Amino acid sequence: MLAESLALSAVLFVIGVVGVLIRRNAIIIFMCVELMLNAVNLTFVAFSRVYGATGQVFVVFVMTVAAAEAAVGLAIIIAIFRHRQTVNLQNINLMKG
Amino acid sequence: MQPYYSLYYTFPFYLFGVIAIASALAFVTRKSPVTAALWLVNTMFSLSVLFVLLDAQFIGVMQVLVYAGAIMVVFLFVIMLLNLGHPSEIADQRGRWPTLVAAAIGILMIAEIMVIARGKVASRFQVPPDFAAEQMQQYGAIGTVARPLFNEYLLAFELTSVLLLVAIAGAVVLGRRKDTRAG
Repeated sequence: MLAESLALSAVLFVIGVVGVLIRRNAIIIFMCVELMLNAVNLTFVAFSRVYGATGQVFVVFVMTVAAAEAAVGLAIIIAIFRHRQTVNLQNINLMKG
Repeated sequence: MQPYYSLYYTFPFYLFGVIAIASALAFVTRKSPVTAALWLVNTMFSLSVLFVLLDAQFIGVMQVLVYAGAIMVVFLFVIMLLNLGHPSEIADQRGRWPTLVAAAIGILMIAEIMVIARGKVASRFQVPPDFAAEQMQQYGAIGTVARPLFNEYLLAFELTSVLLLVAIAGAVVLGRRKDTRAG
């Protein structure tokens, strides 16, 4: 089942990448990043079935980092929303000067 | 040698794999953030079934508790707080050209990953075929994760607590209103 899991995880990862590229809503783009992290977790678990449980340890770390990232990222989104009244990335151009 | 899997194993595997991909596609195409978030929750549940099928029961439970339970609830909470539930307000898909470019990049990445996945594993990384199964037999489903986590990766494990503390502090600082800073 290793090959099938890797193919599935590749497809999910690419759906996440395409989602980041075609959407403008900051929250949805954030959720696409979570989807990519999930796809990578599937790769780790699929390999851990062959190469031993170290892959699952890495999944635990990835989940921790994803939780931290979601907390900080959503706080940033709330701060931007307070500033601009929108989460549409088309209207957020603070770096353009 | 390819190990043999019974239909009772392969059928749920493919079923939930297809559900995961279909929910992920529904997730990126929905206009309303709430609908999209719920489709993503569906993807994560199917992935947790796949984790259980791949002998990672602990990770499957963590997937439901942490991802579907905690992280997605935080997302839905922010959507509710910012009152973004109305899809008309944010018709946010990009135009035709960016979509085509994104599709091309996606196809290219899938092809690339498939080519890499077909590569041979170097012999020094090869392990005996039932290496993981033996570990599982010896220490149990949670012991196989816990032993390396608290032995080789103890320092990394302790450092994640610092990471979480910094993340909490950062979220509080960023989420604070400007006018309350003085008081």
